[in-house]
Amino acid sequence: MHWTPAIATAVALALAALLALPLVSLLRIAAIGDAEIWPHLAAYVIPNAAVQTALLLAGVAAVTTIAGAGAAWLVTSFRFAGRDSLLWLLPLPLALPTYIAAYVYGDMLDAAGPVQSALRALFGWHSASEYWFPPVRSLPGAILIIGFVLYPYVYLAARAMFQTQCAIFIDAARTAGARPTRALRDIALPLARPALAVGVALALLETLNDIGATEYLGVQTLTLSVFTTWLNRGSLPGAAQIALAMLAIVAALIAFEAYGRRHQRYQSVQDGRVTAPVTLKGGRALLALLACLVPVAFGFLIPAGFLLREAVLRSLSGGIDPALLRHGLTTVTLAASATAVILLLGLAATLARRLAPGRLIAAGVSIATLGYAVPGAVLALGLLGPLVAIDDAINWLSLRLTGTSVGLMVAGSSAALVIAYSVRFLAIAIGFMRAGLARIPNEFDEVARSCGAGPVRLVGDLHLPLLRPALWGAALLVFVDCLKELPMTLLLRPLNTETLSTYVYQFASRGSFEDGALAALLIVAVGLLPVVRMVHLAEGSPNAADEAR
Amino acid sequence: MFAAARTFARALVALGAIGASGGAFAQSGEVNVYTYRETKLVQPLFDAFTKDTGIKVNIISASSGLEQRIKSEGERSPADVLLTVDIGRLEDAVHAGITQPIASPTLDKVIGAQYRDPEGHWAGISLRARVVYASKERVKQDSITYEELADPKWKGKICIRSGQHMYNNALIAAFIAKHGEAKAEQWLRGLKANLAQKPSGGDRETARDVAAGKCDLGIGNTYYWALMATSEAQKPWADATKVILPTFEGGGTHVNVSGVVLAKHAPNKANAVTLIEWLAGEKAQHIYADVNYEYPLRAGVQVNPIIAGYGTLTPDTLPLSKVAAAKKAAAALVDKVGFDN
Repeated sequence: MHWTPAIATAVALALAALLALPLVSLLRIAAIGDAEIWPHLAAYVIPNAAVQTALLLAGVAAVTTIAGAGAAWLVTSFRFAGRDSLLWLLPLPLALPTYIAAYVYGDMLDAAGPVQSALRALFGWHSASEYWFPPVRSLPGAILIIGFVLYPYVYLAARAMFQTQCAIFIDAARTAGARPTRALRDIALPLARPALAVGVALALLETLNDIGATEYLGVQTLTLSVFTTWLNRGSLPGAAQIALAMLAIVAALIAFEAYGRRHQRYQSVQDGRVTAPVTLKGGRALLALLACLVPVAFGFLIPAGFLLREAVLRSLSGGIDPALLRHGLTTVTLAASATAVILLLGLAATLARRLAPGRLIAAGVSIATLGYAVPGAVLALGLLGPLVAIDDAINWLSLRLTGTSVGLMVAGSSAALVIAYSVRFLAIAIGFMRAGLARIPNEFDEVARSCGAGPVRLVGDLHLPLLRPALWGAALLVFVDCLKELPMTLLLRPLNTETLSTYVYQFASRGSFEDGALAALLIVAVGLLPVVRMVHLAEGSPNAADEAR
Repeated sequence: MFAAARTFARALVALGAIGASGGAFAQSGEVNVYTYRETKLVQPLFDAFTKDTGIKVNIISASSGLEQRIKSEGERSPADVLLTVDIGRLEDAVHAGITQPIASPTLDKVIGAQYRDPEGHWAGISLRARVVYASKERVKQDSITYEELADPKWKGKICIRSGQHMYNNALIAAFIAKHGEAKAEQWLRGLKANLAQKPSGGDRETARDVAAGKCDLGIGNTYYWALMATSEAQKPWADATKVILPTFEGGGTHVNVSGVVLAKHAPNKANAVTLIEWLAGEKAQHIYADVNYEYPLRAGVQVNPIIAGYGTLTPDTLPLSKVAAAKKAAAALVDKVGFDN
């Protein structure tokens, strides 16, 4: 068994090295330097972009927390008409790409859209200049749209926490006569804070990754300034430097998330207890229902309904693009392959950490998760060099062995996308698995070892079976993220490869995104399956819930 | 875990199939196109090309970074042709060192010299103009200069997308090239002061806002309006607006090209040149005119009637390379006046 730590260390470090490649490549670009651009950026670009980014992040944090934690608390603590449906509906915005939501709301709420047109007809106004209507393409608009699409990250984390960890305490408080609101303020929220931090951090990282929604809505974020610095100000090094500086913000977010996780190691395998919800009636039940419906409606039902209407209208008049099926299959195959690879890598990294605790491995695993912190489009740029370097090595080998060159086996094939997705989304898998492993007490390992179990049996017979819920959770979230991924797919895809995401994007960038409504709906539909599966796993079958009651 | 292993194995096999289909792209009957123009937009062209020549076209389309990709791929890059809009991007590709001269007497004959690189590193295929969408009801005049857009009489009446978008970048760069930076700054500040709202959305949103009365003038490209006029759902917006071809004082209308470069390491160079020449041919130029609503660059090919309805286009005579050269200055100016803030 003495080789276990060595192998574990090797695995973790190899993984870290592989996944750090794009960052190293970005560092190299940044190191070229561009002394000319910085005084300009510092004077005219960064201050505004930093403020806008901070406001956007703060706003999204507030919206996702209120909507996500609020809804989670309501459906966990109370029983009211419509609650069972809400359990299924609340996570659904996960399946909707933010930029599509931005386009939908832009269309519905701008001056020429149906809402303002109806208002004009109703009040007899002649033109949009005769009244004031809150501009949808604005910072507040962006906060609300992005917040209502991303709140499920907080909701899922909070729901799991309220449901399990806090149950005993909340029940105790109630027995002692505390009202539900008091139980929320004094018990549930403080206890759920770590879970909330995890959910909010994920939502904010997604916000930082966004470029489509914020650009369209006219919010000058730092992420956007990376692009304008590269493409317009003509300074790729300057752009790489901003991107790396942004890593500092992200490091803070990750620290926040880690702070959230810091107590988890002390928790044991979850007990089966679930808080018994209090039944609400009349006005209160209606209020609870409405409060939960708001995020679902804005984050999912309205945009999905709009897409459905456009898809039906267009399919009736123009027919359906037969290539869509092929694009759908490509998308699912890519996402599934990447998910499988990511799960294996994640498992290797977390198990290495478990079997051989040590700073080196911990550091390696941390580096491996940094990819999630870099906006996809920047990561794609950073990956170009390393991917071709791998191909150079393959070609060198093939020339020596067979005398022929094999071309761009990695950079020119779907392998590039699988690698890119892995670099970006491995952090999600590792996060889930670490949380899952933390719930298996170390004593279990010690008992198994003392009974003579080697690392293979330990992992195979103990860890993997107990990790199953975490593996599913990771697989589903990673799969949905791969489905929706746009910027890396655009730049790194092989010839003649179209995913649903890139297919929708080409309409959006031509100013006729409704023509891609059916494909957008397909992304949502394919994304729904895993989300529904995730809910199924988390909530159990309706019968099981009845039994628990 | 066996089920998971099986799923994984299946996924790998499927992935291998995709990878394999992406393998052999350097064959005689093919040409590989990297494009910033959307697949849907160029697919009808390539379908017609394949029908005419038997050469299959393979595509990668992206919104940014293709020059970096070609550069990284180096000598093994499968790229034959890069198709893009905007003179700034064409020149960026040339400066990135990923191009070679196209060397085609056929092309030189049909495309005017002002729309080709003197060294042959890029060639224009079609034109678009940056114009004014005006409210039919509220704007009586039928002509306007770009300079006039900064006139305080339009205060609170103009809509435009981000000043950093390449279409606006090129317009501002042209202004700098014509009038110098100081005058351009004054103009851009004036234009900023006239905006009805923060720059956002795209040219389509600009047209919608003009139609709905949010603003009286919008700045956008020629083909967006034609796309609206021919779409059943969007026709009302087109009906409420008119297109004015603005001019620079003492000059013409600001135009930009869509064009091509030939990749330095093009593995299918002959096919690539055939494609480029075909794109400048009669059939392709008609598709550019009537499907994409752009101005064809080949002499003798008629512009679409909707576009012709805007009036006679007199492109500004400023060499496009001067516009490209002022690109960085234009981006800096947009930052300096806080145009997008």
